[in-house]
Amino acid sequence: MKEYRTVTKIQGPLVFVEKTEPVAYGELVNIVQSDGKVKRGQVLDTSDEIVCVQVFESTAGIGKDAGIRFTGETIKMPVGRDMLGRILSGSGKPKDGGPDIVPEKRLDINGAAINPYARASPSEFIQTGISTIDATNTLVRGQKLPIFSGAGLPHNEIALQIARQAKVPGSSEEFAVVFAAMGITKEEENQFMADFERTGALEHAVVFLNLADDPAVERFITPRLALTTAEYLAFELGFHVLVILTDMTNYCEALRQIGAAREEVPGRRGYPGYMYTDLASLYERAGIIKGKKGSVTQLSILTMPGDDITHPIPDLSGYITEGQIVVNRELHRKGIYPPINVMPSLSRLMNLGIGPGKTREDHKKVSDQMYAGYAEGVDLRGLVAIVGKDALSERDQRFLEFADAFEDKFVRQGHDEDRSIADSLDIGWQLLSALPEEQLTRIDRDLIQKYHPKYRK
Amino acid sequence: MEVKSKTKGILKRISGPVVTAVNFDAHMYDVVRVGNEQLMGEVIKIDGDKVIIQVYESTDGVRPGEPVENTGLPLAVELGPGLLTSIYDGIQRPLEVLMEKMGSFIERGVNAPGLDHEKKWDFKPVMKKGDEAAPGAIIGEVQETNIVTKIMVPPNFKGGKITEIKKGSFTVDDIVCKLDSGEEICMMQKWPVRVPRPVIEKKNPDVPLLTGLRILDGLFPVAKGGTAAIPGPFGSGKTVTQQSLAKWSDAEIVVYIGCGERGNEMTEVLTEFPELEDPKTGKPLMERTVLIANTSNMPVAAREASVYTGITIAEYFRDMGYDVSLMADSTSRWAEAMREISSRLEEMPGEEGYPAYLSARLSEFYERAGRVEALNGNMGSITVIGAVSPPGGDFSEPVTQNTLRIVKCFWALDAKLSQRRHFPAINWLNSYSLYLNSLGKYYDEKISPEFNPIRSWAMEVLQKESELQEIVQLVGSDALPETEQVTIEVARMLREVFLQQNAFDAVDAYCSMEKQFDMLKAIRKYADLAYAAQKAGSPIAAIIAVKSKNELARIKYVADYKPELEKILSDMDAEFVKIREA
Ligand SMILES: Nc1ncnc2c1ncn2[C@@H]1O[C@H](COP(=O)(O)OP(=O)(O)OP(=O)(O)O)[C@@H](O)[C@H]1O
Ligand SMILES: [Mg+2]
Repeated sequence: MKEYRTVTKIQGPLVFVEKTEPVAYGELVNIVQSDGKVKRGQVLDTSDEIVCVQVFESTAGIGKDAGIRFTGETIKMPVGRDMLGRILSGSGKPKDGGPDIVPEKRLDINGAAINPYARASPSEFIQTGISTIDATNTLVRGQKLPIFSGAGLPHNEIALQIARQAKVPGSSEEFAVVFAAMGITKEEENQFMADFERTGALEHAVVFLNLADDPAVERFITPRLALTTAEYLAFELGFHVLVILTDMTNYCEALRQIGAAREEVPGRRGYPGYMYTDLASLYERAGIIKGKKGSVTQLSILTMPGDDITHPIPDLSGYITEGQIVVNRELHRKGIYPPINVMPSLSRLMNLGIGPGKTREDHKKVSDQMYAGYAEGVDLRGLVAIVGKDALSERDQRFLEFADAFEDKFVRQGHDEDRSIADSLDIGWQLLSALPEEQLTRIDRDLIQKYHPKYRK
Repeated sequence: MEVKSKTKGILKRISGPVVTAVNFDAHMYDVVRVGNEQLMGEVIKIDGDKVIIQVYESTDGVRPGEPVENTGLPLAVELGPGLLTSIYDGIQRPLEVLMEKMGSFIERGVNAPGLDHEKKWDFKPVMKKGDEAAPGAIIGEVQETNIVTKIMVPPNFKGGKITEIKKGSFTVDDIVCKLDSGEEICMMQKWPVRVPRPVIEKKNPDVPLLTGLRILDGLFPVAKGGTAAIPGPFGSGKTVTQQSLAKWSDAEIVVYIGCGERGNEMTEVLTEFPELEDPKTGKPLMERTVLIANTSNMPVAAREASVYTGITIAEYFRDMGYDVSLMADSTSRWAEAMREISSRLEEMPGEEGYPAYLSARLSEFYERAGRVEALNGNMGSITVIGAVSPPGGDFSEPVTQNTLRIVKCFWALDAKLSQRRHFPAINWLNSYSLYLNSLGKYYDEKISPEFNPIRSWAMEVLQKESELQEIVQLVGSDALPETEQVTIEVARMLREVFLQQNAFDAVDAYCSMEKQFDMLKAIRKYADLAYAAQKAGSPIAAIIAVKSKNELARIKYVADYKPELEKILSDMDAEFVKIREA
C-alpha cells in the first residue's frame, strides 16, 4: 500500500493531504505517526487536488511528517457470534484482554437503509416491569425509544433496570444486549459493568466503551460499530437485540466539533445543519424485517443540556425516535424513583403493542384516563398555591389528590421491583377509583363494570 | 462550425451527496450517471467549467477520475397505469422492485423504472378514428383498481386527428393511438418533475375537502384545491393527522409523501391501508393511494426530489378530472435537504442556514395546488397539506414563517394539548382557515343553514373560555359569576365531546358531517337549557351536575348513535325539568 507524506494542514480532527492518486469518498485511512503509532480516519471530502481526512482519535502527535495510507475500502468491521460476552473499545479493539474477534463477516459500519417495504410492523409488547413505561408509554419490540434525562438524574439506573427486567411475556427467544458508551465517566462505566456482571447479562452482551477521557472523535464511530453488530446479531443470527446507546449528547458534541473544524456554516446553536440526517442514520437502524427472525430495539440515553427539551439534541432526537421517556428533576427531588414524568413522555408504537391478546383490553383507556386525571391534578397545583386547597371544589380536590397518589403509588417503585402489566394496570384502577365514577369519561362503561375495584369482588 | 458536445466527463471532487465534474457539457437539471456504478444524479449548478451534481444514492467509494455521463434529460417521472397502490422512493423507484433486486436493505446502483413495462393493461378507447385529439385530450381508459386511469394526449404534444386507435391488452410502451400530426401515443407519458403540468385556468376553490375530523370540517375547513399546513413540535400529531386525512378525506386519489421521516410509519401505512375501506366507495383505501417514502436515512438528494415526484403524480391524476389530495410529511425535512445541499455548494446562506431561495421553492410547490380546468376541460383539484416540523416547536423559524405566508389553512398543533392527550392536538385559538367565506355557501346548502351560525357560536364559547380561564387561574372557578360557570362547562363539553377525537378508534376516527352537526346541536341544547335554568334561579351546582350530558362523549364511539343520542337528549330535558321544579 502506497504511503503519502503530503500532509498540508492539520486542523482539529481533520488532516488534509495533497497530490494523491484518486482516493474514494468514505475510504478508511491509516495515519502513521513519526513515532510509529497508527491511527484511523475516514475520507470526508476528496478531489484530485486535496483530500480531507477525519481522524477518529486525537490528532496529537500527527505532524506534516505523518505517513498517510489509503486502504481502498470503506470502514468495515469484523463481526461474529463470538462477540457476545466481549468488551471492546470505542473503536472496536478488544479491551478485555481477550483475542481479536474471529470475523464471520466484515460489514460496512454505515450500514444501509432498511427498505421501508421490507420492514415488518413492530407489535410485540416488551414488559419492562416499570409502570410508567409499560402501562402508559409501552415499549414494543423493534422500537427506538430514548430516555431524555438531565445531568445527575438516575437514567443509568433506569436503563439498567430495563435491561435486567425486559421480557416479552411468554417468549423464550434468544436475546442479546449491545451496549455502546460514548464519553461516559469511569464511575458510570463501573456502574454498568458491575450490574452486567452481577446479573450475568455480560454473557449475552457486546460492550463498546468510549470513556470521557477517550478521544471525542472516536464517538463518531462507536454507535455505528454497535449498530452494525446489532444488525448482524438480529438479522443474520436471529437474536432479539436491545441496543443501549449512552450518552447521545456526547456523540452530538463530537459531531459539532468535526463540523467546526471543517468550518461549516453551523445550524441551530452551533450544531451542524445535517445533524438530523446524521442522527437518523443511527436511530433508524432499529426495527424488524419481514422474513427475518430477530429484531433491533433501541434505547438510547441523552442528557438534555440545561434540562431543556427544546435543545437541538433532544429536539432532533425526538423528531426521529418513536417517542421518548422523560426523566424529571422535580420528581427526583421529591425522592421518587424512577422519576419519569409521563406528561411529556410518549411511546408512538404503544397502540401496536397493547390490547386484548397482547396486554389487556382496558390498557389504552386506563392509560388515557390516568393522563387526563394527572394533567388536571397538576394544573390544580398551580391554583392551590394561590387560593389554597379549601377554595377548591370537592371534585377538584379529588383530582389534586389523584395527582399526588399517582406519583406516589404508580410512578414510584423499587429499583428491583418488577411489576407485571396486570399489576401496573390494577394500581391504575386503584387510583382511578378515588375519582368520582362519572368523571371516568374516557373508559367504556363495560370496562368500568369489569375492572373498577368497586365492581370487582 | 460544429461543436462536439461532451456527454461524458470526469469526476473531480466528491463531497458527500454533492460531486463536481469537469470536461463535461450539461444543462441545469439534466440527469446524469455518476461514477463506475452509474449512480443517478442531477445537475444543480454550473460554474465555469465545473458542473455540480447532486447524487441520489450514497457516494461512498466513488473516486475522482471516474466517469460521468449525461442522459441529456431532466429528472422525470413515468405516468400511466400502475401508479396506484405503488410505493416509491424519492425518485420514483418502486421499493417493491428494489427489494426483489437487492434484498431488505437499499444498496446502490440499481435502476428500476417507475412503471411496470411488462405488464399488460386493458385499454378501452373513448375516441375514434377521425376525432380531434388535442393536448390533454382523453383518448381512452384503463380500469386499474376501482379507479379508472384515463389515457391522455401528453400536454407537450401538438395533437391532431386520430388516424388509428386500438383496443385491447397492451404494455405501457405499446402504441395505442396515432395522430395525423405523426405523433404516436402510448399509455405512459413522462413529465419532468420540476415543471408544473399546464392547465387552462385556476378556479376558486369553493367545495370543502371533507375529512371526517371534527375540528377541521367543523371549525377550520380546507377547500378542495386548497392549501394547509400542520406545524407542530415532535410527537404532537402531525403524522397521525396526515394519515387520518389520507384515510378519510373525500378525495378520489391520495398521494402520500413520507419525506425524511420514519421507516416504520410508512410500514404502518402499507399494512393498514389495504385493510381499511374508503367510506365512500367501500374499496380498500390502498387502491386510491400512491405512496412515496424517502425516509430520514435515505439519501438527502432524493429526499429533495420526493416532493416534486409526488406533486407531479398528483397533477397527472388531477388532469384526468380527479380530486387529489397530497400530504407531505414533512416539508421541513425537504427544506433541510435543500439546506444540506446548499451548504455543500458553499452558497451564501440565508436565515438559519437555509438557502435564500427557500421561500421561492416553498411557494412554487404550494402554487401547484389548486382547483383547475384541465387542458381537456375537466375540473380537477389538488389539495396540498404539508406538515411542518419547527425546531424546538418554535413557530418563528423560517420554514414555518415562509409556509404561513403561502397557505390558507393553518392547523397549529400544540404540545400542551398533546401532552395531556387532547387529540387531535390542534389549538383552536391559534388555528385558522381562510376558506370559511368561500365555503359558507356549500355548508348552507349541503349541510344546513344552521351550520355556519352554530360554528360561530362554538368558536365564541371557546374564545370566551380562554379569557375566563385566565381569571380561573387566579381565583378558582367558584369565584366566577354563575353564567360564566355555565360557559366554562359548555366549553369543556365542546373540547371533550366535539374537538377531541380518537384517531385509533374504529368508529371515532371518521365522523360524518351529519354526526358532527348532531353533536354540536346537542351541546348547544345543553347550553340553552343551562343558561335558562340559571336565569330562572336554579342552583348552579345542579346545572353543572347534569348527568346526561356526560354521556354525550360516549356517542363518539357508537356507529349507530341516533337512538342513544335521542335518549340522552330526552334524559337531559327530564333532568332540567327536575332542576327547575326543585
Ligand atoms: N388524533 C389522535 N388520536 C389519538 N392519538 C393521537 C392523535 N394524534 C396524535 N396521537 C398520539 O400522538 C403520537 C404522536 O403523533 P405523531 O406521530 O403524529 O406526531 P408528529 O407530530 O408527527 O411527530 P414527529 O414530528 O416527531 O413526526 C401518536 O403516536 C399517538 O400516540
Ligand atoms: Mg411525524
